[in-house]
Amino acid sequence: MRNSLLINIIRFLILVPVQVLILNNINFSGYINPYLYVYFILLLPFEIPGWLLLFSAFAMGYGIDLFSHTPGLHTAATVLMAFSRPLVIRSVGSRKDYESGMQPNIRDMGIVWFLTYSVILIFIHHLAFFYLEVFRFSNFFDTAERAIFSTVFTLIFVIIAQYLFGGRSK
Amino acid sequence: MRQLFSYILKQYFFFLFLLLEIFAVSLIVQNNYQGASFYNSTNKFTGSIFSTFDNINAYFHLKKANTELVEENAMLRNLVESSYIKGDSIRKTYSKDSLYQFIGAKVISNTINKRKNYLMLDKGSKHGIKKEMGVISPKGILGTVIEVSENYSTVMSVLHINNKVSARIKKNRHMGGMIWDGNNYRKGLLTDIPTHVNLVKGDTVITSGNSHVFPEGIEIGIVEEYLRKPGDKFNTAIIDYSVDYNNLFYAYIITNLKRDEIEQLDSLVNNEE
Repeated sequence: MRNSLLINIIRFLILVPVQVLILNNINFSGYINPYLYVYFILLLPFEIPGWLLLFSAFAMGYGIDLFSHTPGLHTAATVLMAFSRPLVIRSVGSRKDYESGMQPNIRDMGIVWFLTYSVILIFIHHLAFFYLEVFRFSNFFDTAERAIFSTVFTLIFVIIAQYLFGGRSK
Repeated sequence: MRQLFSYILKQYFFFLFLLLEIFAVSLIVQNNYQGASFYNSTNKFTGSIFSTFDNINAYFHLKKANTELVEENAMLRNLVESSYIKGDSIRKTYSKDSLYQFIGAKVISNTINKRKNYLMLDKGSKHGIKKEMGVISPKGILGTVIEVSENYSTVMSVLHINNKVSARIKKNRHMGGMIWDGNNYRKGLLTDIPTHVNLVKGDTVITSGNSHVFPEGIEIGIVEEYLRKPGDKFNTAIIDYSVDYNNLFYAYIITNLKRDEIEQLDSLVNNEE
């Protein structure tokens, strides 16, 4: 458990600068931007207490907000994502092969489980983020389109990160 | 009362979520309607980190930045006194009573992928920067200063859906409003063009000079397509920005030396209404 705490703190400290210094400068076709930092929320352990989950999400979102000129935007989206996480795990999870000590990643849970879990959570985050960003419901479909495309790109980055850094066997 | 507490304790996950979410949304709302107090408190901290990173990053772009500055030097050299014939009457209007002063600054952070984009510059109140000053690059307009800390300033980019710049078509001096629709960072919209005005592809759009923020004649872009809708009172044109906003290194902050006087005069008129 202590080990897992350390790993998550390190992951946090790496993802913030990677997001604000590198990924914020990446644009596909002008405005599609991957938000890899949500990877941190995806990979928090299953057993994490609710309050810690919410506070971790808050700290992450606020950290990104500080450097992205977006007061509150990332914070609101990330906290919402963290709030929905237990529900998503419950509804996606195939409960029968769950053992304690398992982590929410491809290696432990399998690619299908991880993809469904990530797509839902990333999409919740992006949808909240893009609608809060414009702060209006005009251009409804334009905003939804952005959320969908960005979800795809974030997901690609998440999977690359999984295969690059998540491959260590137990 | 006790029951209420035990209920909240049981449902703490939801209430904690609510609390954090309200805090975040209040930050967003505050920022949408009251201007940018968030930036002022964070500028100092993030500014120093961005400028460190930019110092490293700048080495990779030295060549391009230099070329741009050399081009601009050449352009300015054409304007200096020695380039004119002595006694030239045009020159005098420039030297006496100059209205605008330029302060050079370095762009240390910049986004283009949001619908509300901001820049950060490495000059602040210490260097005489104030809110609502215009910012241009060697190639065209960049935006308006919205928040200033001691050493840094935050600029609302032209690429911001709430930004509107008073513009003019160079060839016939008709006015319009330059806005950005939040999609393509290379293209903006010139709105409110009277229907009788004819535009063709390639016409230049410049600042009007009416806002006292930008001097007249700073380039904004060229017309790419003129959209006419029968029945509308005003037409719109798609403008190709002259500045590549994804590729900024240096900027000039514009001080209008007569700003106080102009604002005073404006407020007198507004009070009478």
